[in-house]
Amino acid sequence: MSITYLEAIREAQAYLLKNDPSVYIYGQDVGDFGGAFKATKNLAKEFPGRVIDAPISEDAMVGSAVGAAIEGMRPIIEVQFADFSTVGFNQVVNQAATLFWRTEVPCPLTLRLPSGGTSGGGPFHSQCLESIYARFPGLIVCTPATVEDAYSMLIESVMLNDPVIFCEHKYLYFHLKADSLPQEALPIGKARIAREGRDMTIVTYSAMVHECLEAATELSQDGSEVEVVDLRTVKPIDTDTVIASVARTGRLLCVAEEWPWGGVNAEVISRVVAEGFNLLDAPPQRINAKDTPIPYHPKLWSVHRPTAQSIVAAAKNLLRN
Amino acid sequence: MSHEIERNKIERAYRYMLTARILDERLAQLYRGGNVYGGVFLGKGQEALSVSVGMSMSKGDVFAPLIRDGAGRLAFGETILDALRNCLGSPLGPMRSRDGNVHRGKPREGYIPMISHLGATISVVNGALMAKRMKGERGRIGAACIGDGATSTGAFHEALNQAAIEKLPLLLVVANNQYAYSTPTTAQFACDQLSSKAQGYGVAAHDVDGTDLEACMTTVEKAAAAARNGDGPQLIVAELLRLCGHGEHDDAQYVTREIKNSEVGRDCMERAKEILITHYDYSDKELEEWATLTMEEINQAIRQVQSEGGPDPFTHSWKALATRELCEPLGSSLL
Repeated sequence: MSITYLEAIREAQAYLLKNDPSVYIYGQDVGDFGGAFKATKNLAKEFPGRVIDAPISEDAMVGSAVGAAIEGMRPIIEVQFADFSTVGFNQVVNQAATLFWRTEVPCPLTLRLPSGGTSGGGPFHSQCLESIYARFPGLIVCTPATVEDAYSMLIESVMLNDPVIFCEHKYLYFHLKADSLPQEALPIGKARIAREGRDMTIVTYSAMVHECLEAATELSQDGSEVEVVDLRTVKPIDTDTVIASVARTGRLLCVAEEWPWGGVNAEVISRVVAEGFNLLDAPPQRINAKDTPIPYHPKLWSVHRPTAQSIVAAAKNLLRN
Repeated sequence: MSHEIERNKIERAYRYMLTARILDERLAQLYRGGNVYGGVFLGKGQEALSVSVGMSMSKGDVFAPLIRDGAGRLAFGETILDALRNCLGSPLGPMRSRDGNVHRGKPREGYIPMISHLGATISVVNGALMAKRMKGERGRIGAACIGDGATSTGAFHEALNQAAIEKLPLLLVVANNQYAYSTPTTAQFACDQLSSKAQGYGVAAHDVDGTDLEACMTTVEKAAAAARNGDGPQLIVAELLRLCGHGEHDDAQYVTREIKNSEVGRDCMERAKEILITHYDYSDKELEEWATLTMEEINQAIRQVQSEGGPDPFTHSWKALATRELCEPLGSSLL
């Protein structure tokens, strides 16, 4: 048996609906149609009244989830593309994220954001918005890179008593496969060493984990052993695991698909420099997507975001330092 | 208007209005004396509508009041002490000094605290009502209060449409108080009547004279009964005038003399007083006594709240997540 990243998300939701009567799913086309990506395939039939089609109203979708969370429900909001979540942004950052702080009443809701670029996606179906949400206090931001994490982190997200922005990567939906669903998992907030190495640390997350692993394989052919840290969660960041890795390697490269200004890479580098400056043998480096909207044509897109090739080039530069 | 409201009911309504009005006046005094952090926002002129909404709700219902709903909040069960604690920043208040003035509520009791983004709490009420339906709680309604300004927001459109699609028992109460801060209705909407928007969403509409307590009580009760009966969302539009500035920092010179002297500019408190005396057999003296008693109660509460002091930033819990172990350890190193 093999299971894709997307199927893992569907299975996690089926598990949640089956085991917790307070869970429901609300989003555009999620009902009988099964969702734009089929992440809710057959769930409306299996769980009548709990997989609800929403109008094209992200603000009202998220606002209603806050109201339901107050009433003790655990809503899962499927935003069709992460890019469209900006329409519901106010409800996320001002309503959901402030509720617990203001009232001590928890706001357990999960916002599923199909994120990131795919070939031909273009400017409005490709965005990575994790850092925009991570900036606001009161939110947890998950960025699973594996089938196992897509499953276990989604279940944990929905069970947490806080609003979670769940950035699932569309590029991984179909071609990333695992043999089975996990029996155990690291908790949210803990990073994972995806590959061990002694010469350099690459900190990354989501789909870029796989580009970095490919780059690490290529670099090992030249005799360089690169350690790849998969953050898994970008808010909070597991700084301890990152710094422990840099302590072993002395070099840091951060790789993210999101835009360069601010963001996870900047945050990781800032922490390592502030807390582990003396561990560094060379200035830390970062690679992000280019600072333009995301291009439509595959030829442009292929160089817009970091790839194994550009990561290898940056890593080689850093290793020479 | 036949004057057929139960006598003790209209008395309760009037006394909530009176309490809200006196609270407002005392808060304005405290503000002018420099004894309030941040702003003070009054509900003068909107008490009749507000109290009618608060009184149409009961335990188990969901109420999302807005800036000028002091009377409705009291009718929904808020205490004078909680109102004052929030306005004066007491750590014992419902928001524990973390939010102030009109931003207050008790979500677990169905009392939704507003955020400043107008129209944003309508969908929160929708979601609470969807949850109640999923949980099998029957006969509950929700009310969200907004002003004419909020009807221009996308959040209003999305939420009213959502409520209509889901046939939710929502009262959407619009206090058309003629100004959104300084913006007159001519710069806010171009339809003849705000209530005509209801038709576009497929929901019922109710127009009411917001300066008339009896009319407000009757209309809101009728709408609440329809919502409770499963007739879907009810849009209530009350015409009235904000008899104060946007906040106490605003002298509201932009409010025209014509509108002040028009029917919409009448004071619902004065009108309610007249109704009670003329049609419900109360005496001037009784009403005066209530005012005196209420003033004493409020002054006593102010003294108590002022003695409670402010929050201690050094022992305060600076955690924005319920899952404490997932809070980022970063931030100001001073604390």
